[in-house]
Amino acid sequence: MSPTLAFLTRRLLQLVPVVLAIAALNFALLHLAPGDAADIVAASSGGASAEFTAELRASFGLDRPLHEQFVLFIGRLLTLDLGWSHIQQAPVLELVAERIPATLLLMVAAITVALAAGMLLGILAAMRHRGWIDGILSVVALVVYATPQFWLGLMLIVLFSVTLGVLPSGGMMTIATEMGWAARAADIGRHLVLPSLTLGLFYVALYTRLMRASMLEVFTLDFITTARAKGLSETRIGFVHAARNALLPVVTLAGVQIGHILGGSILVETVFGWPGLGRLVFDALLQRDLPLLLGILLVSSVVVVLVNLVVDLLYGLLDPRIVHR
Amino acid sequence: MTALLEVEGLSVHFETARGVVRAVEDLSFAVERGQTVALVGESGSGKSTAALSLLRLLPAGASKIAAGRVRLDGRDLLALPPRQLRDVRGAQVGMIFQDPMMALNPVYTIGRQIAETLRLHLGLAGPAAEARAIELLRRVQVPAPEQRIHQYPHNLSGGMRQRVMMAIALACRPALLIADEPTTALDVTVQAQVLALIDELKAELGMAVLLITHDLAVVWETAQRVIVLYAGRKVEEGPVGRILTRPRHPYTAGLLRAAQWAADGDRLAEIPGTVPSPHAMPPGCAFAPRCALAEDRCRRQAPPLRTLEPGHVAACFRAEEIAP
Repeated sequence: MSPTLAFLTRRLLQLVPVVLAIAALNFALLHLAPGDAADIVAASSGGASAEFTAELRASFGLDRPLHEQFVLFIGRLLTLDLGWSHIQQAPVLELVAERIPATLLLMVAAITVALAAGMLLGILAAMRHRGWIDGILSVVALVVYATPQFWLGLMLIVLFSVTLGVLPSGGMMTIATEMGWAARAADIGRHLVLPSLTLGLFYVALYTRLMRASMLEVFTLDFITTARAKGLSETRIGFVHAARNALLPVVTLAGVQIGHILGGSILVETVFGWPGLGRLVFDALLQRDLPLLLGILLVSSVVVVLVNLVVDLLYGLLDPRIVHR
Repeated sequence: MTALLEVEGLSVHFETARGVVRAVEDLSFAVERGQTVALVGESGSGKSTAALSLLRLLPAGASKIAAGRVRLDGRDLLALPPRQLRDVRGAQVGMIFQDPMMALNPVYTIGRQIAETLRLHLGLAGPAAEARAIELLRRVQVPAPEQRIHQYPHNLSGGMRQRVMMAIALACRPALLIADEPTTALDVTVQAQVLALIDELKAELGMAVLLITHDLAVVWETAQRVIVLYAGRKVEEGPVGRILTRPRHPYTAGLLRAAQWAADGDRLAEIPGTVPSPHAMPPGCAFAPRCALAEDRCRRQAPPLRTLEPGHVAACFRAEEIAP
């Protein structure tokens, strides 16, 4: 077995206890909050009696002692059963599976925009250190960094959807229209622009600043002088010799922030009516739909942990000095 | 015929919060074709700053080449437009540095870093560049070059990396090699090998070498002419045989005594005191505060460079009195 494959296998096995621990923590935290699904269902039926509520609770299994519920929960997890949502009357796994592609699409689009634009602008700013491009980029980055995401989303809708009328203001695709897969992809792409920008712009600003600082540090290293002594142009030195060395801190931060981006997508999905996990979390929270909430949190934690693994593997590709064992 | 490299009145200044630091002041020297000239001085004497400014390699911003001309084959490098200067760098003038651990880009293979120069200046690409890179590595005595080109700098020892740096510097058969303390970071046995290699390649390619060093043993073995720098100024220059046997500046004499301590088996004959702070240069001779021969006029005015014998200059009022 190659060292990388061995590394991958070991890391994947290590994920199991990590994910279980996260699940246990989530379970404990969520049960600290007052109220449960039985209260919500009973309340929504109008005037329910105490007996009816207790009956509901018993049928949901919510009357059992907490440790019994916990053991059942973990036991089901080990068989990949995320449980049953009493509110939505559907298996949690099915609900999550239905929503997760949209969220992943939004996240991947946002993080791609953030990394690509952030690195490019950071390189430019560093190469024009103290010039006017650097000055403008620094100010714009600071303003975007300080702008609340929901407000930014609303302003983008006002500009591009209402005033200019060039992009849709919400949803993921045009409903009830027959179209080929290419047209459908283009349609989804158009719907994706504003939410991914809203979610990603904050990170563009962050990565621009980080990449700039990282580049400026690399510019002081000896091998940059070597590159100049070889007769290379400043453009090549910046983009080829410095940038590759300056990437690592940005990739590290991006990996850590996957969790944040997932959190941020709840807000953005609400603003844009994007049919992803974010909305599902929001609804589940309001309705005390604990099985659904636990399921979503579990899937999110798996996504975050897997992305971190991918980042670790990326290190090895970006920096030959890092060898996975 | 004019010399290959002629440096005239070179002054390099650093703008700092505490005022202007004159790192190199009014430095002039020449390097003939095929000759090795050593630029000697202790840390902070301005020798590396001088070497880097020949190709305008000092970081922009803080430092400024305040005056001077650097003529290579008659062309003033300090006045060249950037585009043309880049054609000189790496092609007509190769450069190697003090710390081979840091001087190679850690994320690219050796082969790629050599081929980059070949493509830029000679238009070689693909298999031709690779073949040439292997040939160059073999020339600088790197074993198994076919495998080495696929390795990264961290896979190689310090001596091997310095050889790779030489392969890069010599890729385009430059007329001049600037070697900025090339052996300082290497251990002693490797030092000797690298120096021998520089000498050998110099003879083979007919190139001149400007060797920046603080190691007088290295100077003795490789150089024909020696320039001694102190606090950014040239204090003595001459043929290596004269400078190292009959120095005419008290600082050079002190350096020599300090280098001979092992032979005497006695305690180190160090030069008393330290280099003056660049922010508080004495008004007269910069070496006066540490000099046993210093008298009043040394503290009042800086002694000019005087020609004592053809090809031997020193900046000392009492040059004739100095005993080796």
